[in-house]
Amino acid sequence: MSVEARERRQPWILLSPALTAIGLLLFVPLAFIVVYSFWLRTASGADQVGFYLDNWNEALTDPFYRDILFSTLRIAAITTAACAVLGYPAAYFIARSDGNKALLLLLLMLPFWISYIIRTMSWINILGVSGAVNWVLLTLGLTSEPVQMLYNEPTVILGLVHFLLPFMVLNVYVALEGIDVSLEDAACSLGSTRWQAFREVTLPLSLPGLAAGGLLCFVLSAGTYITPLILGGPTDAMYANLVFEAIITQLNWPLGSALSLMLLAVLGTLVLIYNHYLGMGQLMKGLG
Amino acid sequence: MGAVSLTNIVKRFGSFTAVHRMSMDIPEGSFVTLLGPSGCGKTTTLRMIAGLIDPTEGEITIKGQQVNDVPIHKRNLGLVFQNYALFPHKTIAQNVAFGLKYRNLTKADMDRKVRDVLDLVQLPHVAERYPKQLSGGQQQRIALARAIVIEPDVLLLDEPLSALDANLREDMRVELKRIQQRIGITTVFVTHDQSEALAMSDRVVVMSDGRIEQIGTPEEVYNTPASEFVSRFLGISNILDATCTELTADGLSLELPVFGRITVPKDRAPHVEGPGPAKLVIRAEKLLLADSSQAMEGRLALDGVVEAVVYQGQAARYFVRIGDRQLQAINMINERPFQEGETVSVRFRPRDCAALPGASA
Repeated sequence: MSVEARERRQPWILLSPALTAIGLLLFVPLAFIVVYSFWLRTASGADQVGFYLDNWNEALTDPFYRDILFSTLRIAAITTAACAVLGYPAAYFIARSDGNKALLLLLLMLPFWISYIIRTMSWINILGVSGAVNWVLLTLGLTSEPVQMLYNEPTVILGLVHFLLPFMVLNVYVALEGIDVSLEDAACSLGSTRWQAFREVTLPLSLPGLAAGGLLCFVLSAGTYITPLILGGPTDAMYANLVFEAIITQLNWPLGSALSLMLLAVLGTLVLIYNHYLGMGQLMKGLG
Repeated sequence: MGAVSLTNIVKRFGSFTAVHRMSMDIPEGSFVTLLGPSGCGKTTTLRMIAGLIDPTEGEITIKGQQVNDVPIHKRNLGLVFQNYALFPHKTIAQNVAFGLKYRNLTKADMDRKVRDVLDLVQLPHVAERYPKQLSGGQQQRIALARAIVIEPDVLLLDEPLSALDANLREDMRVELKRIQQRIGITTVFVTHDQSEALAMSDRVVVMSDGRIEQIGTPEEVYNTPASEFVSRFLGISNILDATCTELTADGLSLELPVFGRITVPKDRAPHVEGPGPAKLVIRAEKLLLADSSQAMEGRLALDGVVEAVVYQGQAARYFVRIGDRQLQAINMINERPFQEGETVSVRFRPRDCAALPGASA
């Protein structure tokens, strides 16, 4: 075999385990879901094999599903905005600290050592009827009855922010780390105050990191079902809860498949729009 | 009082003292270089003048005004960094105009100034490009343009040429000096490169370990070093222990083993105060190697053996043994360099030597 032929083959040989895994574990199951979404669940509970558009019709036109899709996107947007506002200063602090950055980053990663579900449930011990906040309020005599603070949209957002903040901080941190500190010094020497230098130079240069973190927070929060399940009330279902409900509770795989593909399509479109304006490279950098 | 003056400046970082009680005056319009090895405090000094760090003690004045408490953005300085620090998200025109935005100018005035300064740095055609699209040397010129367009009181340059490759660096020296003279701006230049310092400066401040070793013109610091550090840092010198026996109107009589008695002109030894231990400094390029047969007037001649040769193209650097000492000589090559093991006559003129005070350690 010629050297050129060997060199051309080499990357494919190295990639083949990963490609096989992605193919078998992602694309094949996805194909099943697509096929399922055109089947029909009959009253008897059996799935009728065929090509029916009923599930898609329901997913696309039922106002109940549509409203939940919009409220899911709204919750994801608010969560993303909150993560950006809270995460940026933290990332800036870590990137510019003279001290032990490795330690600060380790502290940032620390929550990942505890299960996401347990972290979410910890809010019950803080905000619940017999939680820490109510204990303080009752002890101080500020209230005579425990206040119910859980099981509404704000607590769902709180839980999501708690979960997603490190992703935002990491992405912004990576972007800030890549900015030469002397740029701000140069801006100041030219007459801008520290704040003007930040607005004119550092902030615009860190926007790709902020956008990457934002996309990650948005996609992850729009696809969650555990947080609303634990911290939301009966009316706070998000779109992924519908999928969970259809597949796990009602065993209606065809409808669940159509709903999950809907969510995939909506989020996929948003990612494509993002990619068009900002490029995927930044997201990769943020993750790596 | 100079354009910039430092009085008893001390900078400590925790228990480490970066600058020890330093004082100097930088005359209006002059090009002053802070020269020293890395860690000598030269960049720290520059950053204190810029206002990027505050001195622990002492006073800094710019144009007679004390600036210790004036923040950097109000000091009206032009600052050029080693890595250029151009704003990558702004075009060249926007980069250059950045400082003008804070100076109450009309749009037309701003445009005119940007055009003029781009002409001055000989890059009028790059206004709409982004920094990444320029070469290193071009980026350096733009960084300079951005710093001088605001008509600063002082131009501060922090190793601006060290990121450029060797040939370009030589060109930029000439270019930088041309622009500095053209606008007559007071300039403080930081470098660890002695040839840059000698080529460009009106005055060189040689620093070591946070202290000033010597301030003088390039000729002064080169020919009349104030300390062994200065003579070793600038060029290649042979430094020999000697004893000063006599100070006369002619000069300084030094006694050395092997070399015998050498009289160094008085103006080449301003720091030697009287008889006692001293050091003789002979520049490597003042030590000429020759065949023993060739006669030379006015030079001391000693026999030596070439121990090593470093070929440098137009010149060669020789390590020559004379008695128990190895000396270095840098000579232009005449036909062919001397070979290892060759016996040569080593010659020098006493008036090319300098002397330093010093204990014979």
